[in-house]
Amino acid sequence: MNKEFKAKIDRAVNNANLTGALGKFSEAYKVNRAKAYEGIDFEELRDRVAGIKSEAAADLDALAAEFQRNAEALGAKVFRTSDPHQVKEYILKVAQEAGVKTVVKSKSMATEEIHLNPYLVKNGISVAETDLGEWIIQLAGQTPSHMVMPAIHLTKEEVAELFSKEVEERLAADIPRLVKVARNELRPKFLAADMGISGGNIAVAETGSIVLVTNEGNARLVTTLPRIHVAVIGVEKLIKEFAGVAPILEALPRSATAQLLTSYVSIISGPTENEDGSPKELHIVLMDNRRSEMAKDPKFKQALQCIRCGSCLNVCPIFRLVGGHVFGDIYTGGIGTILTAWFDELKKSEDIQGLCIQCGNCTQVCPGKIDIPELILEIRRRLVLEQGQPFMQKAIFSVVNNRRMFHGMLRAASLAGKPFTSGKFIRHLPMFLAELTDGRSLPAIADKPFRDQFRDIKQPVCAEKAVFYAGCLMDFAYPEMGVALVKLLNKAGIEVLFPEEQTCCGAPALYNGAYEVAAQNAADNITALLAANARYVVSACPTCTVALAHDFSKTLESVGKTEWLPKAKELAAKTVDLSTLVKRLVDEGRLSFKEGEQLGAVTYHDSCHLKRTLKVFEEPRELLEKAGYQVTEMFECDMCCGMGGSYSIKLPEISAPILQRKLANIKETGARVVAMDCPGCVMQIRGGMDQDGAQVRVQHSVELLVDRIKE
Amino acid sequence: MFEAFKTRAEGVGAEVHRVATREEALLFVRWFLETERINESPGSGALWAKSALLDGVPESEIPRHPGLSHDVSRDRAAQAKLGISEAQWGVADTGSLVLDQGAPEQRLVSSLPTIHLALLPTGNILAGKAQVFEKMNPATSKYIAFITGPSRTADIERVLTIGVHGPERLVIVCIDDVEGGPYE
Ligand code: SF4
Ligand code: SF4
Repeated sequence: MNKEFKAKIDRAVNNANLTGALGKFSEAYKVNRAKAYEGIDFEELRDRVAGIKSEAAADLDALAAEFQRNAEALGAKVFRTSDPHQVKEYILKVAQEAGVKTVVKSKSMATEEIHLNPYLVKNGISVAETDLGEWIIQLAGQTPSHMVMPAIHLTKEEVAELFSKEVEERLAADIPRLVKVARNELRPKFLAADMGISGGNIAVAETGSIVLVTNEGNARLVTTLPRIHVAVIGVEKLIKEFAGVAPILEALPRSATAQLLTSYVSIISGPTENEDGSPKELHIVLMDNRRSEMAKDPKFKQALQCIRCGSCLNVCPIFRLVGGHVFGDIYTGGIGTILTAWFDELKKSEDIQGLCIQCGNCTQVCPGKIDIPELILEIRRRLVLEQGQPFMQKAIFSVVNNRRMFHGMLRAASLAGKPFTSGKFIRHLPMFLAELTDGRSLPAIADKPFRDQFRDIKQPVCAEKAVFYAGCLMDFAYPEMGVALVKLLNKAGIEVLFPEEQTCCGAPALYNGAYEVAAQNAADNITALLAANARYVVSACPTCTVALAHDFSKTLESVGKTEWLPKAKELAAKTVDLSTLVKRLVDEGRLSFKEGEQLGAVTYHDSCHLKRTLKVFEEPRELLEKAGYQVTEMFECDMCCGMGGSYSIKLPEISAPILQRKLANIKETGARVVAMDCPGCVMQIRGGMDQDGAQVRVQHSVELLVDRIKE
Repeated sequence: MFEAFKTRAEGVGAEVHRVATREEALLFVRWFLETERINESPGSGALWAKSALLDGVPESEIPRHPGLSHDVSRDRAAQAKLGISEAQWGVADTGSLVLDQGAPEQRLVSSLPTIHLALLPTGNILAGKAQVFEKMNPATSKYIAFITGPSRTADIERVLTIGVHGPERLVIVCIDDVEGGPYE
């Protein structure tokens, strides 16, 4: 990561105004959004929205042609181009031919994308943004930091400062007063403008209509007062049928601003008349700028399902910490990273793709059903393919791929006593190994890894067998968790097998875009885990479980090793996370808890992969309750702890404040114990609590449950 | 349906009234012109855009008031305090009005003045957008406007503020016995 970028992050994280405002906003957003969706089946709705959009994306060219036909039949002029420069030239030509001096604009991300304003200004046309947020940033000479709320990074004091300069009068930081000033300043501009430029939220091929969704009422003025209206619309806004408008209008305002509907929705089908009875000139520019190419990409085509609601930003733990500008000038946040990689260039996403901690919050709320973290991984993969793996990473991953050498090094580390303080090579190992050297309160490598301890565990011989997939962290740092797991399953009459050939799950490589390495890890593990013929493959690390149950096939498919797919599927079908398995065993009466003892309050932290990928969150709570604990919920229980594998090493300046927030939320509950189901989270939160000095025990659920089982 | 509509519309800051007949509606408008002190001085006028509800109403019954004009122009609209127009449909689940605004005068009176007063046949309140689109769609109207509460922004520090570029107040008068609604 380059220095300048790091400096940008530092500035953002240390801007208390910014992080304070965004933090409060994202907390309120979550509550308001839920309220706006009350009585609505969100999953059903987003299936419909995603369906409408993906159907359109599959047929962009035909839809654009159909739109053009229908809009032109109504009297509009439609200009289609894939080249952003041609968009600018076209608009300038229209303006010059009609003698346009001044332009008013309502919000349009497509024109931001192509930097239209400076181009028009350079050619002697004055341009006024009229959306309040856009006008603010225009006055500030900045770029939008959020696609729905462009000026969310500025305080009222800063806005007052900007407006004071503009109207040459000292203005107080009084929001209603500032809004009035904007109204009064912009009104004459509306009335005088010769041309109005808008964006478009939807373009309907069947009817040649464009749909504008706004709150302020500026788009109504922009499309009514000037005699010429130019709408600049990205082709991804096309949908086939008019019937698709209603579902998008159900989702967009709810997701964008937690409104049931915005103040204004305008559906414009062809030019109307001007006030004097002359026909309005309506130009609709359908801009491609790599969208069609994106539609042909098997992975990235789903990004065209985006309806630009911005909710992925609002729930992102990184966005709310650093704001938009760290991500870039136009599209920000997770989806912005993807759009930048395409509409700008892949190289531009090199630094920003690293901001995503892969927590999955965005995917859960996206009305377009886009798997944003997965697409960001795909960007990583392509960057690696294009530029090659950084030298050191390559060396590291080749070690991880050589299980004997890898495990040998881990052992050597524990023997050395003070782990990995010397020797660059080892110090830069991914994920947990690097963690160990980070100078924080982190676990030393265990004296005896689980794989060695396992041999000494005396187990009953049972007919039913489960293979235990430990994962590196449990194997080498927290073997006691593995021991507890064996004991627990034994009590249910399940014998645990531990194939020693199992190795790293490949997540570190995968999350760093090294798919070939991850694929090799996948293949090695599939062989090892299926060889022992057991009913289940159980893991107590959600990241590993996700690797076994989901990522292996995807990764193997990505690199073309399709011959592995049947076996990968077989493994996936057998894979189960510990909580789900234990819950099942309890339900079947094969495990029961000791009764009659009140163990006090425990609060539960949901790990990202467990909650959002595996959708497991009730089971662990129910088990803790049954075991005698009283589960007291913390605020934002399912917000990421900031660990994210090697993330906390690469971006400690972001990871640390996220952890601090988590710690504060845990302490706030007053519980003396915090439980979770992920050894990575244990490492992060335990380390944090240790530094903090708080008297809160940080435990993997398995450790809390095992002693409570009736013999 | 009316109650649901009223709750939602008031929830987003609209003012909702209900009258039994067209005559009562005209009375309401008279009263409103009085209370808002509509007069001929600049910035205090009112404009009434063409409205099917007034079709067939005898000249003598149509409210007259100093400062009220039926002759809509953008300059007058820019100067007006009050704009009166007719909404064709109401949407119960969002508290929205739906207006056929193909004619620019309909947009001028509902977007430039500080107050927008909209007349709506109570019987034309429908459950949701999908029902509205069966009645009004691009085939019937070139400019369909959904209006939900007054103009608003939250662009400064996410603080909700009313009345940016559009009206600060949206006053809705629902009229019960306009038979079957004139727009079927
Ligand atoms: S996965 Fe998490 S960190 Fe990544 S973009 Fe989505 S919300 Fe942000
Ligand atoms: S990616 Fe999804 S959540 Fe983000 S802006 Fe697009 S539609 Fe909204």
